[in-house]
Amino acid sequence: MNIHEYQAKEIFARYGIPVPPGKVAASPAEAGKIARDLGKPVVVKAQVHVGGRGKAGGIKFGKTPEEAEKVAGQVLGMSIKGLTVKKVLVTTSVEVASESYLGLVTDRKAKRPVFMASPAGGVDIEEVARTTPEKIFKMHVDPCTGLLPYQARFLAGRLEKDPKLQSQIASIAHKLWKVFWETDCSLAEINPLVKTPQGEVIALDAKINLDDNGLFRHAELEALREGENEHEKAAREMGLSYVKLDGSVGCCVNGAGLAMATMDLIKHYGGEPANFLDIGGSSSPDKVLTAMRIICSDPGVKAVFFNIFGGITRCDDVASGIVRALKEINIKVPIVIRLTGTNEEKAREILRSANLTATALMDEGVRQALQMAKGGVN
Amino acid sequence: MSILVDEKTKVIVQGITGRDGSFHAKTMIDYGTKVVAGATPGKGGTECVGVPVFDSVREAREATGANASIAYVPYSFAADAVHEAFDAGVELVVCITEGIPTSEVVKIYSKMKSLGVRMIGPNCPGIISPGKCKVGIMPAQIHTRGNVGVVSRSGTLTYEVVNQLTKAGLGQSTCIGIGGDPIIGTNFIDTLKLFQADPETKAIVLIGEIGGTDEEEAAEFIKSEIRKPVVGFVAGQTAPPGKRMGHAGAIVSGGTGTAAEKIAAFKKSGIAVADIPSQISGLVASLMK
Repeated sequence: MNIHEYQAKEIFARYGIPVPPGKVAASPAEAGKIARDLGKPVVVKAQVHVGGRGKAGGIKFGKTPEEAEKVAGQVLGMSIKGLTVKKVLVTTSVEVASESYLGLVTDRKAKRPVFMASPAGGVDIEEVARTTPEKIFKMHVDPCTGLLPYQARFLAGRLEKDPKLQSQIASIAHKLWKVFWETDCSLAEINPLVKTPQGEVIALDAKINLDDNGLFRHAELEALREGENEHEKAAREMGLSYVKLDGSVGCCVNGAGLAMATMDLIKHYGGEPANFLDIGGSSSPDKVLTAMRIICSDPGVKAVFFNIFGGITRCDDVASGIVRALKEINIKVPIVIRLTGTNEEKAREILRSANLTATALMDEGVRQALQMAKGGVN
Repeated sequence: MSILVDEKTKVIVQGITGRDGSFHAKTMIDYGTKVVAGATPGKGGTECVGVPVFDSVREAREATGANASIAYVPYSFAADAVHEAFDAGVELVVCITEGIPTSEVVKIYSKMKSLGVRMIGPNCPGIISPGKCKVGIMPAQIHTRGNVGVVSRSGTLTYEVVNQLTKAGLGQSTCIGIGGDPIIGTNFIDTLKLFQADPETKAIVLIGEIGGTDEEEAAEFIKSEIRKPVVGFVAGQTAPPGKRMGHAGAIVSGGTGTAAEKIAAFKKSGIAVADIPSQISGLVASLMK
């Protein structure tokens, strides 16, 4: 889960990482008031869950409160990579002497967190990694010890020569590690970390991605979830994984790998999947019902394909769910069912009594679904 | 032979008194797995599905000499369960649970390496050596004993492939689901090493998916170290970037982890790549001739 810069900065501030003072605003008037209270020239920054805000014109300066109000009016409501800006961060403008990068991610290959420092700050770090990897310094953190003082010193030493600045950066590194580890982040990043002409080191930007699996123990962070539409929310609350796509064949599958393979197979036979949907293990009829509601609410869906390989998931549960869905929801598109595995025979009986049939083969099911999506025989 | 589990494996079921735990303990026993004990805090001294239950893994292990465990424990307690098993001297822990925080898995991994033990998973279906031992939740009846080793990040997609192999008359030496999380205890390379050393395994099926670079590293390893035919498949060719596809580890981020990259790496290493799952058994059969 991603959170906004202003929310990440609130977390940083709680851990003692220096950030410029500021507040979030949802209207130009509010932005003007915050600028007035700050009493200094400000930066108005769009709060959206995508990168590249600056290039898109989502970051503007306001020397006076009036100007802050005016630019906030321009940024609020603008669209950045398809997302509408609903909030802006109004924060004091900081004089920058130099910029660097400090960040932590989970290194899947090393199977532990890795700290990264780079003097090339203020630009996309993935771009730096591609073009000038020698400018990124890495330090893996042992989960038993946490970030060690020598490691923080090493990282700081890659960014600044002055011992006073180094000790400020080392202290920030320790705090950033605590943020990362204690709040279950998958990424915690300061880009840029800036040095002011007065010799202060400040986190000018803040980015945090949270490990979804860790959210259950951070209710206050779970509450920051936004940007979910009603279907995504319904899916998550029911324990389904759902990702909307743009094709015409709705998919309802048990298991993430099989669900991806089903989408790929639809594409292989010349169609386009309308979604990824994993109903998960132990699927009750209720899950199937919710899944059908979500899939059938997509107007692009011309046929629905069920692909079930029963293991923990029992085919009869899925069959009951399908029969119930047909009774309770007004489904206008044809349904193709493939099921095999645990309680397959029971499932076929349930389907038969509702005048439905099911194939046992995935390829055959996909081909049938594609034919129907193109307006073939029901 | 087979890898990791066989007729000698003695298993403790952690969380045996739960709904899933007791159900799957029974299917494992029915399959012939030596389930010697269960462990559930507070339920010591009782019996579940005909197996003695202990309060702790340590007591269960001391009483039975078990060398493996399987954890059917909710995600908020699962990491603790794996630590408990390792600390009690269990050498192989299968962790089925989905949803364990990554930071907890990082800690488990670190302990695992320092003790020289092994975790399979988390977020996996487990492991089965057909005809000998099943430590997992997979439907047993689709498997048959034979010479194909199967390793996969997925659950049901593995069943799909195994079912197809069995129908084509291609039995399996061992099938292992290594798990769909970003960090897992046993990866492709660990499993490939074991399959290479196992005389019963004559061919290997490797089922990958988007996210991370495990498949690319496996491809390199296969090229230099594996002397048995390998058939590969990668799920998620149509997955959009930046979206988590069900599994916590199945996400294309920053342009890396795509199916196209993984397939290219497989092909470059001389691995036979199936475009769709139903081609896998045919490729295996042709390579085993």
